[in-house]
Amino acid sequence: MKSETGFDHDLYKRFPTKGPRPESEFDELQRIWCKPKGLEYLTVVNNNYVGLYYVGGAFLFFLLAGVLALIMRTQLALPLNGFLDQETYNQIFTMHGTVMMFLFAVPAVEALGILLLPQMLAARDMPFPRLSAYAFWAYFLGGLAFFCSIFVGLAPNGGWFMYPPLTSMTYSPGINADFWLLGIGFIEISAIAGAIEIIVGVLRTRAPGMSLDKLPIFAWSMLVFAVMIVIAFPSIILATLLLELERALNWPFFDGLRGGDPLLWQHLFWFFGHPDVYIIFLPAAGMMSMIIPAITRTPLVGHNFVVLAILATGFISFGVWVHHMFTTGLPPLSTAFFSAAGMAVSVPAGLQVFAWIATLAAGKIRWSVPAYFAIGSIVIFVMGGLTGVMLALVPFDWVAHDTYFVVAHLHYVLIGGMVFPLIAAFYFWAPMMSKRRLSERLGRWAFWLMFIGMHVTFLVMHWTGLMGMPRRVYTYPDSDWTLPNQISTVGAFLIGLGVLLIVIDLVRNFRFSATDTVGNIYDAGTLEWLPTGLYSSRSIPVVKSRYPLWDDPNLSRDVEEGRYFLPNSATGERETIVTSPWNAEPQYLQRMPGPSWFHLGAAVFTAGFFLLLTVQLYWLSAASGLLAIGCILRWAWANDLPIVHTAVDIGAGIKVATYAHGPRSHGWWAMSVLLVVAGMIFLMLMFSYVFLWSRQPELWPDARPLAILFTSLALSAASLASALIAPRLYARAPWAAALLALLSAALLTSAWFVDALDWRAGGLDPELHAHGALVAAFLSWQGFFVVVAALMGLYAIARWKAGLLARERPATIESISLFQAYAAGQALVALTITRAFVLGV
Amino acid sequence: MNPQSERDSPLWPPQALDPAGPFAAPLAEISWVMLTMGAAVLVIVLAALVLALSGSARSWMAHNKFVFAAGFSFPVIVLSAALIYGLTTTARLTDPPGANELRIRVIGEMWWWRVLYMDGDRVAFETANEIRIPTGAPVTFELESADVIHSFWVPQLGAKLDMIPGRRNLLRLQADRPQTYRGYCTEFCGAAHALMAFEVVAVTPEAFAQWRTAQAAPVLPRTGDRGAALFDAAGCAACHAVRGTSALGRAGPDLTHFASRRTLGAGILPNDAPTLRRWIANADDLKPSVRMPSYESLSDADREALALYLEGLR
Repeated sequence: MKSETGFDHDLYKRFPTKGPRPESEFDELQRIWCKPKGLEYLTVVNNNYVGLYYVGGAFLFFLLAGVLALIMRTQLALPLNGFLDQETYNQIFTMHGTVMMFLFAVPAVEALGILLLPQMLAARDMPFPRLSAYAFWAYFLGGLAFFCSIFVGLAPNGGWFMYPPLTSMTYSPGINADFWLLGIGFIEISAIAGAIEIIVGVLRTRAPGMSLDKLPIFAWSMLVFAVMIVIAFPSIILATLLLELERALNWPFFDGLRGGDPLLWQHLFWFFGHPDVYIIFLPAAGMMSMIIPAITRTPLVGHNFVVLAILATGFISFGVWVHHMFTTGLPPLSTAFFSAAGMAVSVPAGLQVFAWIATLAAGKIRWSVPAYFAIGSIVIFVMGGLTGVMLALVPFDWVAHDTYFVVAHLHYVLIGGMVFPLIAAFYFWAPMMSKRRLSERLGRWAFWLMFIGMHVTFLVMHWTGLMGMPRRVYTYPDSDWTLPNQISTVGAFLIGLGVLLIVIDLVRNFRFSATDTVGNIYDAGTLEWLPTGLYSSRSIPVVKSRYPLWDDPNLSRDVEEGRYFLPNSATGERETIVTSPWNAEPQYLQRMPGPSWFHLGAAVFTAGFFLLLTVQLYWLSAASGLLAIGCILRWAWANDLPIVHTAVDIGAGIKVATYAHGPRSHGWWAMSVLLVVAGMIFLMLMFSYVFLWSRQPELWPDARPLAILFTSLALSAASLASALIAPRLYARAPWAAALLALLSAALLTSAWFVDALDWRAGGLDPELHAHGALVAAFLSWQGFFVVVAALMGLYAIARWKAGLLARERPATIESISLFQAYAAGQALVALTITRAFVLGV
Repeated sequence: MNPQSERDSPLWPPQALDPAGPFAAPLAEISWVMLTMGAAVLVIVLAALVLALSGSARSWMAHNKFVFAAGFSFPVIVLSAALIYGLTTTARLTDPPGANELRIRVIGEMWWWRVLYMDGDRVAFETANEIRIPTGAPVTFELESADVIHSFWVPQLGAKLDMIPGRRNLLRLQADRPQTYRGYCTEFCGAAHALMAFEVVAVTPEAFAQWRTAQAAPVLPRTGDRGAALFDAAGCAACHAVRGTSALGRAGPDLTHFASRRTLGAGILPNDAPTLRRWIANADDLKPSVRMPSYESLSDADREALALYLEGLR
């Protein structure tokens, strides 16, 4: 193999090393990665704990949303039932969808990624442990508070899709809709944080030798999952921002009477919403591709097809969003394109299903609870996929759209494509982290109850829908709809009973432990089944195949005895090996942070900021926001300290640096991904601008003076230049780089003021027309970047004054430079769009 | 309490698969074809799964070639056929309306339907929640919304189409046999979304012409009718119009020929004597969240007079 980084592959031949390792080394590893005690359970950052909390939190929301479903089915058991009133039902169905999609499905798969990926890649931890912990706490605390809105009748009631104008101030004057919009703010933040973590984790912290062709399918699916979040979530982030601005400040983005358009929301929502289904499905399919080879004890047949299928799903799923808008009266030409894309996206799903079937044929299945749930999942998912193909046909969608047929379809897809694989994963991976395995008997009972209950509930719903019953109705007349509804209610309680058995099983048998576990009872072949502690595996093996444990029977023993990379702590701190993205060649040793109160404080105050804003306690909200920023700055302060770093031995005499900067470093990658997110949000804002302009171009005002445009462009360009020059000066004069960072921020701020003051002078009124609202939205968005860029400039100066800018450690300045350069680039584009776009057409 | 559908067997076939006109028939056809195709593919996949698990003669399945053939080639062929079929069906159903077609503008409002029979760009007359059409000819519906997004669907007559504020969507439907068809709002539109239905009454062209003439006529003023006086005095006229009288309200349904309608409360209740009296007394009891206030404060005699007046609006 050709070397990617200049690393000599022959060095791998030094492993496994001969001779015993000193006992003290292992003790030190255990001391560094020690178990938390008492309150330390709150400040812990290790992926074993954070991942477990995350999975537990997501599962809790699954149970809560499931209870809501049973309450709904009780109401629908009888026609004209008085069990729930209209308003309560509408809140409950909205919360069921919202909680399942935002608080359960996405976090659950993200959680399993954080829990499993380090072990599966034989990394010591995720690359940004505090970021994971921050994301979890913001999500969990915020999510719980959001859920509680249902107990006081303030839960959102406009459906999980929140279509305006129903959700605009006119028709939803209460704060219920604000709970939805702000309530999912922290879920968006945690999803993005998790995505950054997972992208960098999968690409940069794999065990040496684990080139992409040896990457476990689950890791592939998590990688694509994370990239899809980075591309899809910005759309919902922008949509929620715009709708909240419309509600709070009366800026008419979605008001047809003032130049807005309700369909803009639908485009933005479904550009997120449709890929979201695959965001949920892909990791679950990745779990299936891990579990099926294990239960048949044979490698996955069609491994490369499955990888291609995962990548193809990621691409095609972004061309399917209009699939949800076939009944809005779009022209046939555009629906034809999206119909074709909707069909195409099912091809990679079919490829994966047949890869699983071929694998089952290649080996001999050993029946167990994970096997039951995996096979059940195939059956259910295929049925959901087939009705999905039907719905992709425009004429059939005209029939089935917004009826119970769609309710049936989406539950087949999500339960078959996500819930069943998830439960299979619970049973499959529990022995890896529990002192006791989960019960085969309870698990099989749970399977049959859920499998039968699933079909009883949802099979009949296809028919209910074709009988004409619309979705989202709190009651229905005594008619031909009564019987199928009663059948569905019975089925729902069967599913509930099955889930209850799983809860009982978890309570009775799941006992977390990092070291004293049941172990590899399914005889799986991937690295997460190495003997582990909180540090993952004792030493980090050289990976030579896709199923290393099957191909090297001595691997577990050698790893445990420290015969591979990093048998000790080379720096005396928490650390992991950072490897190259393609071939996973060791590049440097990343020092990792341990427990801390600051990320926890940041999470608590972030959740507090959104929730206090929702209940209109503005001053307290602002205070909470400032505290969150303070915690984040304090958290950042401890990073990149001027420690002298020398190369260290990571095993067998191989030496690597303990520090990296620029495009080699994990921090640079994370900042880049974050900026892609920012760029996507900005792109969606540009889309909104052009979309609304195209509706009524004749009503848009004339251009503003060109002199202002050129002035602010020049200032922004100067800001960009300063930001780019700063890191180049750093090695010679760190203080000059810090001053340039401040200068860049100052130039950007003045560009913003020149722009904003001119709009003000021109009498821009954001409430009057969508054009003004959009310009104000551009100004607000850019204003946010101006503030952050300024904070960063001041931060650089503060670091310099505190003597923390060491010449050989440019990472901090490089991150600031990247951000400021982006912000200045964004200013150039925003100015051109808002001031020159109308001129050009 | 719901007016039942007039079909022989309400359970089978389901409404959407029981077409009554040329815009619904291709939809039912594509539904049947796709359901059959789906069932066939499901059987094939399940058979492959069972075979894979059974342990007999299955080594031929354990290859990349099988994965490619079954997981790629097979779906691509089936899906391409389905796509072509779907696109041609779409094309068959999206011809532009003819120039002389009957045009009916339906405006979705929270939570009822304003129905305007058009004469060119002019409104010939207004009614609500019940749409009468002649059999055997296509009718063009101009779908609009007065507030939030609604969606208009008559399963036995054709496709559903959204009513979006600020836009006008055109939908063509046709009924080939005289019958009453149920219609629903299928887009969630707030509190009483579940209680927003309507009926399409298809009658012979002759009967339709008669009805149309009758509907276009205003009511004859009846002097000395206590109910008519109360209709003004109690505030009904502030929201409801009765053409030919001083009642010009626009917020609620036009009641000019109220007594000729089959249902009450937007297709959810029979328009009979006891229901009408309960409706006047407390409409919110029968249709929670309805915008119409309660008239329990009126005396029994006054409410009776109002009911009699309304029952006279034929």
